[in-house]
Amino acid sequence: MKIFLPTPLRPYADKRSVVDVSGSTIAEAMRALISQYPDLKGYIYADDGNVRGFVNIYLNDEDVRYLPAKMNAALRDSDTLTIMPSIAGGR
Amino acid sequence: MTAPTKSAPLSNDEIQRYARHLILPEVGMEGQLKLKAARVLCVGAGGLGSPLAMYLAAAGVGTLGIVDFDVVDASNLHRQIIHFTQDVGRPKLTSAEEKVHGINPNVTVRKFETRLTSANALEIFKDFDVIVDGTDNFPTRYLINDACVLSGKPNVYGSIFRFEGQASIFAAPATEGRQQGPCYRCVYPEPPPPGMVPSCAEGGVLGILPGLVGLIQATETIKLITGLGEPLIGRLLLIDALAMRFREMKLRKNPDCPICGTKRTITKLIDYEQFCGVGATAASQSPSPEKTQTMPNALPEMTVEELKSKLDAKENIFVLDVREPHEYQICNLGDYGAKLIPMGDVQKRQQELDPEQHIVVHCRSGVRSAKVVDFLRQQGFEKVQNLAGGILAWADRIDKTMPKY
Repeated sequence: MKIFLPTPLRPYADKRSVVDVSGSTIAEAMRALISQYPDLKGYIYADDGNVRGFVNIYLNDEDVRYLPAKMNAALRDSDTLTIMPSIAGGR
Repeated sequence: MTAPTKSAPLSNDEIQRYARHLILPEVGMEGQLKLKAARVLCVGAGGLGSPLAMYLAAAGVGTLGIVDFDVVDASNLHRQIIHFTQDVGRPKLTSAEEKVHGINPNVTVRKFETRLTSANALEIFKDFDVIVDGTDNFPTRYLINDACVLSGKPNVYGSIFRFEGQASIFAAPATEGRQQGPCYRCVYPEPPPPGMVPSCAEGGVLGILPGLVGLIQATETIKLITGLGEPLIGRLLLIDALAMRFREMKLRKNPDCPICGTKRTITKLIDYEQFCGVGATAASQSPSPEKTQTMPNALPEMTVEELKSKLDAKENIFVLDVREPHEYQICNLGDYGAKLIPMGDVQKRQQELDPEQHIVVHCRSGVRSAKVVDFLRQQGFEKVQNLAGGILAWADRIDKTMPKY
């Protein structure tokens, strides 16, 4: 399955915008992503292990926070995950 | 949205001007009169605010408020198209007002030459129907969101970073057949720690990108005013200019949102700089590097004057440049033996540095280098200092022939 990485995360992932990983749940796919690019961990997760408050993870177009199984939601190969941090530029 | 006041009918000149709207049945005379009666506040006359103000003026929005306190800088011109080359050094408000009136003299411009703050936001917002966020920093974005929720006004949101943009309408008030929309805090409950996400001044931005995103905001503003189409409420549009891919994510109202949820804990505007963890003077609506950046506290610093005199006196100082190679090509301190190790590589190339040596670290404006100084000190480097103001300060105060970027 594919994980889309936005620009601010690309420096931590060899400048890639899309990473292919395997995993049967969102949590597994995220673990696979972090093991491939360990530098992403500090950006996405707070010290307590929770996803940071300015980072959202989307399964297709749904916010993972509102999925019944949250990070344990099952994945199909055709699914995509998008990591979406807040950005503030505008001037 | 309902028009606040019944406006005067259109003059013959206006009918001629808006002819292509008037023959569009979806807009027509009714829509054009709604535009004329509408009062839109544009916070920021920069990258997003430029195309927005120009198109809203052309479309016939009756009252356009603009909040900005900055002056036009040469580095604004590649994207802030409301400002022209001859405007460099002039207040953005003056420049923007001239262009708006040049495009459409029927528009009433209300200028607010101030920084938007918790003390003035609700007072400024009260005379407007739609608020458009064209700012560039997290404290002001949370402030605009909260002030919109508290005053029941829609927040037409857009933000950009390098080649990417995001747009949505936050805090859309409930109307017949539509519930109140999610707010910015529902989507992003917390801001990133200071320095984690670079600003446009630090990270760069493709010049056309604010044009794309600003016009999405302008489109949504006109749709809100006229009631046309399907507003971008409860949806976040992600724009990737490099892939030229537009994607859409569903947004939900967070029932636990501290400002628009059922158990509201924020009932008035707060200190947004504190909320975002930045010092009172660090956050700004201005992109000037001296003003926008935040530093880890109490890091040892050196001024450019001190560095110059020490280098001239042949003191043994190792100058470490932590910018990117493409920045080094623009200007550098290579004549003084500066070594380039981009910030992202410092950790893995740490063995190239001598912990015993006196090291002065610099970047463009002093933000990235401060992070590197902080990191190196944690690694046991005791004689490492940050060059205050970065190579920009060097170009300003030591070598005026050096280009600035």
